[in-house]
Amino acid sequence: MKMYIRATGIISPQRTFGHPAFLAETVEYKEDRLYCAEPDYKEIIDVKWMRRMSRIIKMGVAAALECLQEAKLEMPDAIITGTAYGCMEDTGIFLNKMVENKEEMLTPTAFIQSTHNTVGAQIALILSCNKYNNTFVHRGFSFESALMDAILLLKENEANNILVGSADEITDFSHAILSRFGLYKKHLSSNLDLYKDNSKGTIAGEGASFFVLSNQPSGTDYAILEATTTFYKPENAVAIKKQVHSFLASQSLNLEEIDLLINGRNGDIDDDKIYEELNSIMFSDTTQISYKHLCGEYPTSSSFALWVAVNIVKRGALPLAAGNVTGLKKKIKRILIYNHYQTAYHSLFLIAAC
Amino acid sequence: MSTPVFVAGVGVISAIGNNTAECLYALENELAGIGDISYLDTIYRSRIPVAEVKLSNEELAARACLPSSLSRTALLSLLAAREALHDAAIEDLPKLRTGFVSANTVGGMDKSESFFAEFLSGKDKGRLRDIVHHECGSVTELVADELGVRDYITTISTACSSSANAIFFGARLIKQDIVDVVVAGGADALTKFTLNGFNTLMILDHQYCKPFDENRKGLNLGEGAAYVVLVSERVAASLKIPPYCKLSGYYNANDAYHQTASSPGGTGSLLAMQGALERSGIQASDIDYINLHGTGTQNNDQSEGTAIMKLFGPPYPKMSSTKSFTGHALGASGGLEAVFSALAIKHGIIYPNLRLETPMKDLPFIPEIKFSKGVVVKNVLSNSFGFGGNCTSLILSKN
Amino acid sequence: MDKLIADLKAQIIAQLNLQDVKPEDIGNDQPLFVEGLGLDSIDALELIVLLQQHYKIKLSNAEDGPKVFQSVRTMAEYITEHQAQAV
Repeated sequence: MKMYIRATGIISPQRTFGHPAFLAETVEYKEDRLYCAEPDYKEIIDVKWMRRMSRIIKMGVAAALECLQEAKLEMPDAIITGTAYGCMEDTGIFLNKMVENKEEMLTPTAFIQSTHNTVGAQIALILSCNKYNNTFVHRGFSFESALMDAILLLKENEANNILVGSADEITDFSHAILSRFGLYKKHLSSNLDLYKDNSKGTIAGEGASFFVLSNQPSGTDYAILEATTTFYKPENAVAIKKQVHSFLASQSLNLEEIDLLINGRNGDIDDDKIYEELNSIMFSDTTQISYKHLCGEYPTSSSFALWVAVNIVKRGALPLAAGNVTGLKKKIKRILIYNHYQTAYHSLFLIAAC
Repeated sequence: MSTPVFVAGVGVISAIGNNTAECLYALENELAGIGDISYLDTIYRSRIPVAEVKLSNEELAARACLPSSLSRTALLSLLAAREALHDAAIEDLPKLRTGFVSANTVGGMDKSESFFAEFLSGKDKGRLRDIVHHECGSVTELVADELGVRDYITTISTACSSSANAIFFGARLIKQDIVDVVVAGGADALTKFTLNGFNTLMILDHQYCKPFDENRKGLNLGEGAAYVVLVSERVAASLKIPPYCKLSGYYNANDAYHQTASSPGGTGSLLAMQGALERSGIQASDIDYINLHGTGTQNNDQSEGTAIMKLFGPPYPKMSSTKSFTGHALGASGGLEAVFSALAIKHGIIYPNLRLETPMKDLPFIPEIKFSKGVVVKNVLSNSFGFGGNCTSLILSKN
Repeated sequence: MDKLIADLKAQIIAQLNLQDVKPEDIGNDQPLFVEGLGLDSIDALELIVLLQQHYKIKLSNAEDGPKVFQSVRTMAEYITEHQAQAV
């Protein structure tokens, strides 16, 4: 059974919503936090729904609706979402009021909007979709788990066209707290210099990306999702190398057949050690690009990478924003994505041209 | 339904008992776990009844052999998951591909809300160790690491249907040959966040809840954790003790009616129950017992009751809401009720729906009001319906 | 009463996040729930808090809601009646 990525919808720190020319330019950020370039939501979401939507829900719903529009799909057979942080703004609002008012005179809206399944639930509500609806909230595997659920449904013949995606946001509170864990760069001139700066810390990102995954070709699909896998806390680079080989072998492929590797380097000198080691023991001859300078680091960033990959494969070539990349084959037909989140959550995706 | 999946072990900690045996004792003796708030530091002490696990964090931590500074959710989760694995007694477990699919609704919020109170007075205030396990997935990660499970780990959060969804997702992983064994279920600890949240919705009963009673006033919040150990047919064949039952049916549907309220006609509930029946291959008339979602709110019980009326005809199966014992443990409730359903099949028992005085006048059936044993219980339907319209039904069947 | 009604309209719009609705769009006797403004059960809970916050009136029985919140005028009348007895 082949799995087609039929459509996408994405809100990210780059200009990605509304299907503009694919990464024709790069948005530069000069701080440790990237902000989503958000559309005028009134143009996609009915005002009557929006009053109960905080920012992350608007992002997720808008990305999902745009994706469905592109797929010309009125009703998906399932809606599956991944979010590591959930709806943090409303969580913060409710907690704030709870503390300030000493548990008195609290209102329900922020509370009901804070539950992790709200993005998926709102999409279902807007579409009046009674179908399968699930939300995964497992750190750096949140998107991967959602995708796994979608793949299982296709294999089980329970669905043909699935809306699957992820959404994660940064709020002022969350950024302040995560900064205290030392996650972000202390000094960075620009996100475009992320990989040149050999120091601790990365940059904070956010985004909402949705895909329609189908078991039938539509003729205008972006790409085929050949396979995906995850592995947790591998011992060392050698163990990762084994996983990659085994993953490719399961598709009867070897590394030479990969035209491009998209890696999850995030500019943190410790996190990126893994990629350095893998370069020396396996990826020395593989053409690679990175993506987190565009979207920042966050638990569901692999959905951004997937969006990049399917667009490259659809065009057969890199976008202008990728700059000069040597060693590329004439036409990019097969991409391997390898990302890890905080060295614990590792994922691989194999994308091929239709 | 191709490859069957079996329940090889169960583990539970709730307001009515710190392990399976204690919970069974309470269920048989009709002892509810609802009472005054004793651990949570809230203005609602002595004003709103809840169903707390009767152990402090220090006591839980001592039993779990973990620091007491950890989230109560993690402590509850580990205790129940460990009991389930121990109960399953799978030989050669290290050689098998094992997964952990857990669920919760607010992660380590019991600690984060303390952190937040201090953080609000200054961005550098509050101890980081109180916020480090805030995420739903962090609680799961902690427990997975303690259990030594690494092959497949994930967390589901779909409000009150969370752990029911976790259980059947785990089953599907086995059916698709991704893992051989899955510990699946969920956990949630009481927090000020959820207590206040539900209070703003005005769906908390200020007395002990009365699910499916005409004069019901709302739910009582509970807490706990419960897991089942699901195994493939091959692993089931290797067990010394036969499995409890098999997971013969499951279905996930969305009500798509309102953010928190259920549709009056019970659309989502009906689709979930219908779907589960279809998958199990059995008829509605083959269901011996329904473990109701039965929160005790006007809305849920009316909606769920209507859906049952549409799907089942007379004679209606026996049914009850065990939330009358354990309160509504949110992310853990689906797991708790799946465990109770498996125990019902194994022991041939039916649980009562406590404090039912006046049956709902619009429904043609009345839940059980007494505990009974020596009953043939072959097929149990367990319902879990949550905010966001997430409706899931599981069917457990005698092997 | 007129000032109270005007204040209430502004407060309702703010509390319920009714973007794109101006006070003059809300008729004094226009139904607030189901039809008219189309508010729902969550909004009713928000209005209960609004009464408490702005007017120190506690509506402890949610079932009284439909009567009290039928229109801006019924809300204003309820407030006027109960403000004298307010805690």
